[in-house]
Amino acid sequence: MVVFEKPKSLCDVPLHYCPGCTHGIIHRLVAEAIDELGIEGRTIGVAPVGCAVMAYNYFNCDMVEAAHGRAPAVATGIKRADPENIVFSYQGDGDLASIGTAETVHAATRNENITVIFVNNAIYGMTGGQMAPTTLPGQITQTSPYGRDVKHCGYPVKISEMLSQLEGPEYIERVAVNNVKNIRAAKKAIKKAFQNQVEGKGFSLIEVISSCPTNWGLSPEKALQWLEENMIPYYPLGVYKDRTAQKEAESK
Amino acid sequence: MPKVTFRTDWCKGCGLCALVCPKQIIVIAKDKINQKGHSPAEITDQSKCIGCAFCATMCPDCIIKVEK
Repeated sequence: MVVFEKPKSLCDVPLHYCPGCTHGIIHRLVAEAIDELGIEGRTIGVAPVGCAVMAYNYFNCDMVEAAHGRAPAVATGIKRADPENIVFSYQGDGDLASIGTAETVHAATRNENITVIFVNNAIYGMTGGQMAPTTLPGQITQTSPYGRDVKHCGYPVKISEMLSQLEGPEYIERVAVNNVKNIRAAKKAIKKAFQNQVEGKGFSLIEVISSCPTNWGLSPEKALQWLEENMIPYYPLGVYKDRTAQKEAESK
Repeated sequence: MPKVTFRTDWCKGCGLCALVCPKQIIVIAKDKINQKGHSPAEITDQSKCIGCAFCATMCPDCIIKVEK
């Protein structure tokens, strides 16, 4: 009996990510959700600009490459053209929280029936480790060699907290992929985000706290430790908005 | 008996599988090298495996298959 094997929605090709990069885990969780919901034939993904720019090579479904940050806008178009499609965007923090903030906020406030997977690793990975909007105060990056100075650069953008203040979105949750327990919780959240779309409930965003061993300058093991000790306290995990659960609670 | 197989050619030797293995039976084979130029992960004692699939859950490159 097979306990674990590669999901069918993930192509049988090697990934280009650095050793120990958790993008691969998140790709797999998305593919598992697609498999389990049986939506492979009608799913369309939107790839971002960033480390996951070549995600179209890895998912076994139709994929579109969006301009930097515009994935939620492209996903909106695909979904509205044929609402039968299941549309997801897969974006990093530089893509979603910096150049694509406007698209993200407006897709959320319109409650577009799409799923957004937001990978937050607190740094610009592909371009070589520059400071991102999500970089922690004091964190050392290529462009903040003395640590992020909040007086000069401001504070990190907390996307989940921010979007949960809007009336529009259906579901916002923050998860992490630093250990097996958190990966299982992340899987559940990602599946729910796709399930919401199948049921026509609206905009779901899952923020996944992820590691970047190469640009943090740490070994894969130490990077996960750093994530647990620094990122999770700053970006607390949990469900930030669940409109269906809220309504059910109110009606009781 | 549980059986774990690694697709060694695609392993990047990150060691996350060895980190989460509750039986500590996965090691990075420092004396070996694969096509990509990494030292791959391997299992030292298959008989001690409990088939929990923690290694496969943690593997970023999805190269581990677990059978029971």
